[in-house]
Amino acid sequence: MADYEVPKLNGEGVIEIPKIKPDAMAGKGPYIAKPDFQKPLHFPTDFAAEEGGGYTLVPDWKEKALAKMDDLRHRYRSLQLYLDICVKCGACTDKCHYYLGTHDPKNMPVARQDLMRKVYRRYFTFAGKHFPKLVGAVDLTEEVIDDWYNYYHQCSQCRRCSVYCPYGIDTAEVSMAAREILDHIGRGSKYNNEIIGKVFKVGNNLGLPQPALADTLEGLEEDVEAATGIKVRFPLDEEGAEVLLVTPSADFFAEPHVDGLMGYAKVFHEAGISWTLSSYASEGANFGMFIGSYENMRRIALRIREAAIKLKVKRIVFGECGHAWRVAYSFLNTLAGPFDFLDPKYPVPQHILEVTWGLMQEGKLTLDKSKNDDKVLTFHDSCNVARGSRMGDKPGGQFEYPRNVIKAVCNHFVDMPADTIHDATYCCGGGGGLLTDDLMELRIKGAQPRMEALKYVTEQQGVTHMAAICAICKSQFTKVIPYYGFKMEQIVSVHQLVSNALVLTRQVSVQARPDEDDDDEDDGDDDA
Amino acid sequence: MTFVSILYGLLFWAATLVLVVGVGRKIYFYATLPVPLKIPTTPAPVTQSGVVWRMFREVVFFQSLFRANKYTWLFAFMFHMALWLVLLRHTRYFMEIGPFLSFIQPFGKYASFVMLIGLAGLLGRRLLVDRVRYISAPSDFLMLALLIAIGLSGMMMTFVSHTDITMVKGFFRGLMTFDFHPLPASPILLVHLLLVAILMFIFPISKLMHAPGVFLSPTRNQVDNPREKRHISAWALELEQQNKTYLDELKQDEVKHG
Ligand code: HEM
Ligand code: HEM
Ligand code: SF4
Ligand code: SF4
Repeated sequence: MADYEVPKLNGEGVIEIPKIKPDAMAGKGPYIAKPDFQKPLHFPTDFAAEEGGGYTLVPDWKEKALAKMDDLRHRYRSLQLYLDICVKCGACTDKCHYYLGTHDPKNMPVARQDLMRKVYRRYFTFAGKHFPKLVGAVDLTEEVIDDWYNYYHQCSQCRRCSVYCPYGIDTAEVSMAAREILDHIGRGSKYNNEIIGKVFKVGNNLGLPQPALADTLEGLEEDVEAATGIKVRFPLDEEGAEVLLVTPSADFFAEPHVDGLMGYAKVFHEAGISWTLSSYASEGANFGMFIGSYENMRRIALRIREAAIKLKVKRIVFGECGHAWRVAYSFLNTLAGPFDFLDPKYPVPQHILEVTWGLMQEGKLTLDKSKNDDKVLTFHDSCNVARGSRMGDKPGGQFEYPRNVIKAVCNHFVDMPADTIHDATYCCGGGGGLLTDDLMELRIKGAQPRMEALKYVTEQQGVTHMAAICAICKSQFTKVIPYYGFKMEQIVSVHQLVSNALVLTRQVSVQARPDEDDDDEDDGDDDA
Repeated sequence: MTFVSILYGLLFWAATLVLVVGVGRKIYFYATLPVPLKIPTTPAPVTQSGVVWRMFREVVFFQSLFRANKYTWLFAFMFHMALWLVLLRHTRYFMEIGPFLSFIQPFGKYASFVMLIGLAGLLGRRLLVDRVRYISAPSDFLMLALLIAIGLSGMMMTFVSHTDITMVKGFFRGLMTFDFHPLPASPILLVHLLLVAILMFIFPISKLMHAPGVFLSPTRNQVDNPREKRHISAWALELEQQNKTYLDELKQDEVKHG
């Protein structure tokens, strides 16, 4: 573990509101995407590396930035309205985990918005044009751009601020717009844009091509068979399956994600639902949202539609992933719909927890809760699931479904303090396109509010494990909690718990290969 | 008929015009801007009537603010609710009032104290809490100062040095029928009215647009039904229909906002 200054936990479960410490997180922000990474995303590439290691901006960057801002405020009412109507009441100032963890006032949601609002006022409002000092309007300079790049990459777009704002002002909307503007003047973030490029080229964020994916899945089949004696299938590109499963690519081998994937496979197996993954759409997470690019987000989403059509499935189900589920639940129908070619009996798309909980309620799964008796569980509500989506048909189902499933497979469950769960949940500290090593300090500090809550239930109620339903949360926590004195094994997938408790009664998969020797590799090498 | 009366007559015509046309245009502008994605802050209502109820709780009780910060909520609630009572009481300068408006006259009168306490609380918070001070521009202080000054000058007339209410009513009813009547020659009244006119002028170009704005906020006014009903904005539909990926690939003559 590299050396970082790790905040001290107070053990009370809820974090104290810190005094502001200006410029505590001043800096350069994450690595900048080089022109090669901007190109596949259709962003300008007429900028270049500089002597000192940085990058130039594109020619006429100022005009271009302002033109983009003007364009966006006419295409997104959220942006225009939120820039105008904030009354600076301050209700949001202590709601952001990054402010609480870093004490940098520019991480207060309203101050983060102000970075753009000040420029907006200067160029697009009467008061800002004529009385800039009065309303705190500023000129757009390179320093301002640097500040934008730095602080708009200290927002995980978790929407916690929007819950408390009396007008629902969502700083995520502003951050997304800012990143979209930055992408148009040579300030994309390497982490996000390189990944999106990989999706366009290969189909997933990890850049895992079809043969490697097939290999991995075969390995998983062997692992499950070794553990249970049953050939549970992990089908890839199998035409005619009922369900297309779209899951974050981290599920294919990161820990504890992959244990969750095994859980989904066992659930499908046991319920006799045929399913398949697609190598063409082998990614649940849609990073197009993080960079505020409707066009790129749609381009990624359309791959799912194409895969569903090609594989002739009847349903689309998403695996455990927070931002993915927001894009899937809230945006997929908009971006890639209408899905009238799927079975109208099921919502499009469905969350794997909706499938699993549904089967549990129908009594179709045999469960042995005692298999999880070595654990006392708590559950981390992922920000984008909690505040940007739903499960089931009632508001708040996104809180009930995961808890119901956990309680169905575990005997010991407790919730963390009320201010830190449900729609008041804190982001893990790594969401929104910040899950990169060059932002490690931010990630550690941003996790502090969640760590306070976890420490509290650990000490007061003997919690041993925290379950999550998001690939980013799982990756972020396993990496960050050791700094706070926890162990990475304490983070589990919800479907990992299901996997532990599920008693497999079906001996032969409904998708069993006719003959084991018929090991005929799928050679349909999908070109991206 | 004095010069001042005519000046104030013109002032209030102008202020009313700016307020009505300005706010109307802004509302039209916001309302016609596209909302390309479903972004209600969830859990959100799944029906339109549920949204109406959510909005009602926000506008009348400041529900989100209540969850966020009890002090801010208390001061904000005192100020706004008292403001409505004061404004209701003010209807007597513009029209004949019925039993309801007569009934609330005394409430409106004493609400002015509540309003000022609320405003003072908000100002105190802005000055004393380091986070709120950090985000405040001079205009944020001035806005509170303006409202406090309007309140104080009004209260001076109500509780200290009375003015001729009947004349005030005559003046404003006159304005409404494009007919000039004199204003009482009371300096406090003139100060009160000047400040009110300023408030009306800046309303459409300031953060006061939060009042109509809250109704148009997509995170609060959208129904949570993206899976059931396809939501799509005009510009996004254009991409789809022209079978293009990026907006700059659209045939230019067909590009339209909205
Ligand atoms: C639908 C009507 C309205 C609603 C729902 C509403 C709601 C709110 C809320 C929730 C706040 C934030 C809390 C606070 O700082 O006080 C606020 C602030 C404010 N409102 Fe309103 N408001 C409305 C109408 C008005 C009107 C008509 C005025 C002006 C004459 C006004 C003036 C203000 C001011 C000046 C602030 C900022 C207070 C500060 O500096 O802290 N509001 N409003
Ligand atoms: C054209 C608009 C307005 C006119 C003609 C007007 C006129 C007056 C008059 C004549 C009084 C004295 C009442 C009395 O002596 O009993 C008064 C009081 C007062 N005014 Fe106004 N006013 C206007 C707008 C406003 C506005 C917009 C506010 C608040 C933002 C306000 C706040 C007050 C307050 C707090 C009082 C003292 C309490 C009361 O008597 O209601 N006024 N106003
Ligand atoms: S969206 Fe989340 S990370 Fe961004 S400012 Fe709001 S609370 Fe902070
Ligand atoms: S809570 Fe909303 S209105 Fe208040 S300061 Fe924050 S963003 Fe502005």
